[in-house]
Amino acid sequence: MNLAQYFAMGGYAAFIWPSYALAVLLLIGVFLLAQRRLNAAETALGRDGDPAKDPEQ
Amino acid sequence: MHRFANPGRFLRIADRVLPWLGAATLLGFVLGLYFALIGSPPDYQQGETVRIMYVHVPAAWIAMFAYCWVGAASAAALIWRHPLADVAAEAASPVGAAFTLLALVSGSLWGRPMWGAYWVWDARLTSFLLLLFLYLGHLALLNAFDDKSRGRRSAAVLAVVGLINVPIIKFSVDWWNTLHQPASILKMGGPSIDPAMLRPLLIMAVACQCYFFLVTFMRMRAMLLEARQRNLAYRRNPVTTRTRQTMAGGGSANSGSVGT
Repeated sequence: MNLAQYFAMGGYAAFIWPSYALAVLLLIGVFLLAQRRLNAAETALGRDGDPAKDPEQ
Repeated sequence: MHRFANPGRFLRIADRVLPWLGAATLLGFVLGLYFALIGSPPDYQQGETVRIMYVHVPAAWIAMFAYCWVGAASAAALIWRHPLADVAAEAASPVGAAFTLLALVSGSLWGRPMWGAYWVWDARLTSFLLLLFLYLGHLALLNAFDDKSRGRRSAAVLAVVGLINVPIIKFSVDWWNTLHQPASILKMGGPSIDPAMLRPLLIMAVACQCYFFLVTFMRMRAMLLEARQRNLAYRRNPVTTRTRQTMAGGGSANSGSVGT
């Protein structure tokens, strides 16, 4: 079986590949948004005061 | 359970668990995609379209699991007013919404070649669409109030009421006539699916489950650190912080205590 045959997915390429593409896009997108928010929160906290050195901890 | 429901303790545990969850998620998806796209045979009736199942079914499972998580956390928030419960519900909701959208779209792309229609208004599909609207309503309510704690309370009530939809989705294929096939994994007498197809399905399901915990814990950690930072800023300069936060729509009186 050659590569073109594989990607044709028995004629169902138009249904199978978009399913996987959406899965990859959505999951990577949601992950990156979470990571960016976490990095921003960690940076802001590091700038305004290390929680470990917070006197009321 | 209460031992782990302390925000400070949660932050420390999350710190240690997150790298492992990340590795497990990555490994799961690499293995799962290999078996889904290369290491499994086409179906004798459906041909290659069966490969959509390895996206569709795990996405639908996690979408429902995530809703149970949001509902349970919301109930805990309403009953015990525990700040970590609010954070858990808010962190998981967009992740569940993403899986719901993925299950709906991939199901639609599977339905067109197999049923001849992208969409039919049958019980399983309609109740699953309702799940998406519940997620969207939950997210909208969370951001609908200037006072963050009021938004969280309204969103929690919606999430708890919406829990009734979960068994409706699960049993819709038994209660009503439907195009959608009934359960073939969780049923009496064991799964009625070939092991060569069960393998990619279960690996993808475990990978999606790890992904859900990974991103939910990352978001919870971020939200707890944000609250801690708001709290620190408020303590340094109560007047200006208060004004700025009211204008930005972030309540500090309630959520500010979360991070300490």
